[in-house]
Amino acid sequence: MEETILDVRGLRTSFFTDEGEVKAVDGVSFSVPKGKTLGIVGESGSGKSITSLSILRLLAENGKVVDGEIRYKGENLLDFSEKKMRSIRGNQISMIFQEPMTSLNPVFTVGQQISESLTTHQGMNKKQAMAKSVDLLKLVGIPSPEKRVTQYPYELSGGMRQRVMIAMALACNPEVLVADEPTTALDVTIQAQILGLIRDLQNRLGMSVILITHDLGVVAETCDYVAVMYAGQVVEYSDVRTLFRKPRHPYTVGLLKSLPRPDADQEKLVPIHGMVPSPFNMPKGCRFAPRCPAATDLCAEKLPDLFDDGEGNQVRCWIYDEEWPGPKEVDVFGEERIAKG
Amino acid sequence: MEKKELLKVEGLKQHFPIKGGFFGRTVNHVKAVDDISFTVYEGETVSIVGESGCGKSTTGRAILRLEEPSDGKVYFEGTDLASLSKSEMRKYRKDLQIIFQDPYASINPRQSISDVLNEAMEIQNVLPKKERRKRILELLETVGLNGSQADRYPHEFSGGQRQRIGIARALSVNPKLIICDEAVSALDVSIQAQVLNLLEELQDEYGLTYLFISHDLGVVRHISDRVIVMYLGKIMEIGDKHSIFDNPKHPYTKALLSAIPVPDPEREREHIVLRGDVPSPIDPPTGCRFHTRCPFAQEKCRVDVPELKTHDGMKQSHEAACHFVEEIESGQLKPNYMETASF
Repeated sequence: MEETILDVRGLRTSFFTDEGEVKAVDGVSFSVPKGKTLGIVGESGSGKSITSLSILRLLAENGKVVDGEIRYKGENLLDFSEKKMRSIRGNQISMIFQEPMTSLNPVFTVGQQISESLTTHQGMNKKQAMAKSVDLLKLVGIPSPEKRVTQYPYELSGGMRQRVMIAMALACNPEVLVADEPTTALDVTIQAQILGLIRDLQNRLGMSVILITHDLGVVAETCDYVAVMYAGQVVEYSDVRTLFRKPRHPYTVGLLKSLPRPDADQEKLVPIHGMVPSPFNMPKGCRFAPRCPAATDLCAEKLPDLFDDGEGNQVRCWIYDEEWPGPKEVDVFGEERIAKG
Repeated sequence: MEKKELLKVEGLKQHFPIKGGFFGRTVNHVKAVDDISFTVYEGETVSIVGESGCGKSTTGRAILRLEEPSDGKVYFEGTDLASLSKSEMRKYRKDLQIIFQDPYASINPRQSISDVLNEAMEIQNVLPKKERRKRILELLETVGLNGSQADRYPHEFSGGQRQRIGIARALSVNPKLIICDEAVSALDVSIQAQVLNLLEELQDEYGLTYLFISHDLGVVRHISDRVIVMYLGKIMEIGDKHSIFDNPKHPYTKALLSAIPVPDPEREREHIVLRGDVPSPIDPPTGCRFHTRCPFAQEKCRVDVPELKTHDGMKQSHEAACHFVEEIESGQLKPNYMETASF
């Protein structure tokens, strides 16, 4: 059995707005094995980014974790004082964001920004921190790091900025790196560089990675385990091979079928009909039921549990309940069965 | 059967001046598109792919003269669009429509959907006023929206629905060619598939021709008949879909294709990882624009601009702009560096 470094159980995060409570994350559980990569995949509004912000307790003021546990090395991060949390953040668990343009401070040099966490967490003086910054820039593959360390973010390209973000995140040798869409804003050839870099650093430094993405291609090529999220919930959790070889949740099946593949010809794409439900008006039963071709009355009425197959793979769908009357058929997106909509 | 040329682009250049200095003089140019030529035949879908800054969107905008091209000719059904006066051009805009990337920015938020569609028809004088309302409802049904939504405002629609409105607006004037500029890039995959299928259905039904501009190679493989690969304002390779995806000849095309993450964890793949970033289009590399990142670059590449042509072993109409296609294919020329990653 692999050692678990981060274990999220029954996480619920809500935002309290003038229009009411928005349950952005509603009962999410997963675990991150040490040294491995967990992918969290989902479309806009699925709650994947909010999940990661909840782990680091970086939610906006009107957001609150209302239930659940986030166990890091056995301790619940939600019980920590803000001061103690600050000693974890950027030190043991660090994060890189999607937009390297907006997440770097434009008025400080690259070196000053990397140094900050080193002087804060590692007790280095400025000179030591600056020397370490140069090393870190070299580690993430930035050419002539001695020159770059004195430059400002605007002087760097998008790919370079993302490398700087990674250097900052790695400054204190974190145990867990949370990467929220780290390559979404980048071109594919640069994306290949950055994903290769993350994988390479992970092998060398032995850290665990939580990779949040909407891109199933990125998941297939970088992750060991995958949590598929839909409307604030994990609908399927499994190892990456099982997920792509034998997807079990109708939503996962639908996602894979609607994806135009760069490596094969497809006659026709099979879309998922309808739209993601509004967070103010979530379906009573299974969140995916209104779009699911296999949905029954039961699905519309009652939210399914996560069913475990005994090998650690979980799926939130009534089809896997023992009492399910119909065939255990998830390939429900066959063309003829699609309602015109 | 003889294919009919619908759009023929010849030597198109788009150089944007950079103003600077004390008197605001032009100090340099961004060579966004630099001497490209291609033809689009009636009823087909041609895609332009490339990374940011390669000039793919600029090409689309220059064809429509949304920005006046610096040089070159754009023939539409034999008429050079670049030589037309503004008012003559406006008439042609009826035949050439564009769908933009951002469904939030490309529709006026103060107009109801029926006003948006009505305005397009009024400018192009497509139908007498009385018949327009009926046509608007038809159009909405055609793109999968409900006629009862005609009097709603853009903010009441989701991103995918707004993109459908953009499509309805383009269709409202019965165009022959639609330029889709990253038309599905902002959408989630499940919605993207809906819109791609819609575009294909409309093409079959109305015999539309698409110039499809995208950075997403999965989408391009799905929708295109032919593909143009651009890099720093130049065409690197052009060919039918299968030539480009299954038998790419240009080192850039190969690197680009190998960099796409494929949704299949069991496929062992080596990625060719290119060195460095795309150079600035203000002062692009001499010779072949790709030579600064190309693993096969030779002295000749630094000096001579390669011609876009069909090399030995390539299908007719499949062309690549590289001096060393044959040498690379035969293994005679070895890469100078090989950075591969298997992630």
